[in-house]
Amino acid sequence: MSKKSLTIALAGNPNSGKTTIFNNITGTRQKVGNWPGVTVEKKEGIVNRHGYELKIIDLPGTYSLTPFSVEEIVARDFVLDARPDVVIDIIDASNLERSLYLATQLREIDCKVLFALNMADVARARGIKVDAKKLSELLDLPIVFTIGNKNEGIDELLKKAIELAESDIDTSGKRKVKYNKDIENSISELRGFIEKNTEISLPYKTRWTIIKLLENDKIVRERVLQKMGDQGKKFIQQVQLHRELLADRFNDDPEIIMTDERYGFIAGIIKEVLATVTKQRIDISRNIDLVLTNRFIGFPIFIFFIWAMFQLTFSLGAYPMEWLENSVGWFSISLDLILPDSLFKDLFINGVIAGVGSVIVFLPNILILFFCIALFEDTGYMSRAAFLMDRIMHLIGLHGKSFIPMLMGFGCSVPAIMATRTLESEKDRILTILITPFMSCSAKLPIYIVLTGIFFSAKAGNVIFCIYFAGIILAILTGRLFRSSLLMGADAPFVMELPPYRVPMVKSLIIHMWDRSKMFLKKMGGVILIGSVVIWALSAFPRNIQYSRDYIAEINNVRSLYNTQIMAADGLDRQNIENERDDAIAELETARKAEEIEKSYMGHIGKILAPVFAPLGIDWRGSVALLTGFVAKEIVVSTMGILYLAGDDGTGTLKNALLSSDMTPLSALAMMVFVLLYLPCIATVATIKQETNSYKWTLFSIIYTTSLAWVAAFCVYQGGKIIGFS
Amino acid sequence: MLLSEMKEGQAGVISRVGGNGALRRRILEMGILKGSEIYVEKYAPLQDPLELIVKGYHLSLRVEEAAQITVRDVK
Repeated sequence: MSKKSLTIALAGNPNSGKTTIFNNITGTRQKVGNWPGVTVEKKEGIVNRHGYELKIIDLPGTYSLTPFSVEEIVARDFVLDARPDVVIDIIDASNLERSLYLATQLREIDCKVLFALNMADVARARGIKVDAKKLSELLDLPIVFTIGNKNEGIDELLKKAIELAESDIDTSGKRKVKYNKDIENSISELRGFIEKNTEISLPYKTRWTIIKLLENDKIVRERVLQKMGDQGKKFIQQVQLHRELLADRFNDDPEIIMTDERYGFIAGIIKEVLATVTKQRIDISRNIDLVLTNRFIGFPIFIFFIWAMFQLTFSLGAYPMEWLENSVGWFSISLDLILPDSLFKDLFINGVIAGVGSVIVFLPNILILFFCIALFEDTGYMSRAAFLMDRIMHLIGLHGKSFIPMLMGFGCSVPAIMATRTLESEKDRILTILITPFMSCSAKLPIYIVLTGIFFSAKAGNVIFCIYFAGIILAILTGRLFRSSLLMGADAPFVMELPPYRVPMVKSLIIHMWDRSKMFLKKMGGVILIGSVVIWALSAFPRNIQYSRDYIAEINNVRSLYNTQIMAADGLDRQNIENERDDAIAELETARKAEEIEKSYMGHIGKILAPVFAPLGIDWRGSVALLTGFVAKEIVVSTMGILYLAGDDGTGTLKNALLSSDMTPLSALAMMVFVLLYLPCIATVATIKQETNSYKWTLFSIIYTTSLAWVAAFCVYQGGKIIGFS
Repeated sequence: MLLSEMKEGQAGVISRVGGNGALRRRILEMGILKGSEIYVEKYAPLQDPLELIVKGYHLSLRVEEAAQITVRDVK
């Protein structure tokens, strides 16, 4: 006999501890955070409890089901369309009044609702006592006490949820918000209209649909029109008449009146069930904020945290990075010795290991960065950062919350662009997505390090700083430009909760960090693997090149020539001549390899592109390197390494090769500016497509960034030449 | 008195929430409605946004948004 399966959805406000409860039930790895709206994806897990197979869905945390933000739309659509067997509303006991707002809306939808009264221990400590029995009676629904971070009450919660799912109670008769007489009149008149016109069939339950239409809910209106066609139009017209009537009566929009009434209904309940002990309590969270958002030291502390995060990421991360680099190098050399020469070996060592190895070495940086970000989120500092930065971000036409994705952009654009989901307004989100790639990501850093190390050795740090700074400036200018043109309109309102500070749970931090790193590795690893193979193939084929010189014969010539000399000479001379011979052979080998690459497909592509890059002071090899950067920015360095014939790693030999090439400090600078701005890597492009859900915006982003990069690099190179740099 | 004119540490009762459509509704939904008690916890270091305590939790609003909200019985 197969087990019966039930679907249970978890709903609740952000910071209500919903994600912790979800983790406790399913044991699946999912992030827990304090930043409002951190649970942006629909996550699910299947568990077997009490003889049932339970499918648990973690809905995004929302304050309401009015579809303002993506999270709210996602949550509401799931409850409406997927019709879960039970919805568990997780209520933060210390925030009962506001939590009940969402609860009344869930109740209105007419689904089976169960309350989890969470963190009642915290509430009690704050002097708040909730009479759960009374609350359960008043709202006519089951309530279970839970303490998410101690895993208490979870089993009871599931038991009750199953009971509720299996019961055949009629939810439509349950107590709901009763609106004032005029609104209720409108509702029943419209209900009458529907009953008279039997051909009308609403997509959702009648009362709820009428309420939403009276509230001027665009999504519901569209769905009604879609489903009912002309009948729908007639019905909507009726609703419109009632809306005008009510607006006239109350001198305000019906949706405002109804919001008011819901809170009125809640206030009645609160009066009955909530006892607040008025004792002068010490609020630790408020005391922390006295320091962290202090007028004078708030910013210095914030800057210190950001500085510390970058120090940890890049300085501390440099050590494990070096170990990994050495291991990859050692692995590659060992394979080189073990495997017999073949095309496969070439593919494996120069394609797969070189490519994947270039990603693996960034793992320590990414782990540390995400650990810091998880720490900010889980403690609640992230929303304080938005609070501090909002004024500045507002100048660009963005929300304080946009600061977080932009900040993460310094690490990697992929999670940064994913983090824009916390923004409510779509325009804000697209704008943030468009400018985030200008925050120079960590994969671009190796390119700067190599180029500045060679051409600006003494001033390398300053030059890199200027590059980063230029990215920020261009992001601001782009923000302002688009806000006043393409994405015109005000930025989203800054209505944001500042949740109490919490001591983060180590387990949650680790899950959080690992989850994101895994996502990053999976995405980057897969794409980079394919990209590396493609690049390898482009530079390894065609195999049968017509060389301009017969290198093998020449090498043999040189060898035999020197060998006769060596035979003739003796002692010290012999050693010298041997060295001379080796140098001569190496030179020929290098020339041969240069010709091989020049005549490969890659070389052809580079030469075709060369005229485009010539005004930027970048030759065909640079063009190829930049082209390969589309796969991943890290690859730019290794491609340059191959093309400038310096072997695959180590800046020592690349340095000589670059210095002896046509590259000058000025063209190196132009190249860095180009790298800073031009099209993001393939993984980022894929993320942009996924998050904007629009080819138009994705293409726009690619074209805009690349054109801006070309123009900026052109200005740097040509401008620099005019001023007299070289 | 407008909420945006209140000083740190002042409390009052909301008498009117103005503004337009979605923003106004969002503010109401977060519990800032006529009759709610409100306390100005602090202004951000750059004087915008401000932090409020309403219905027992902390919420931040921009000054321009707070300028749509009228408060009575300020003390």
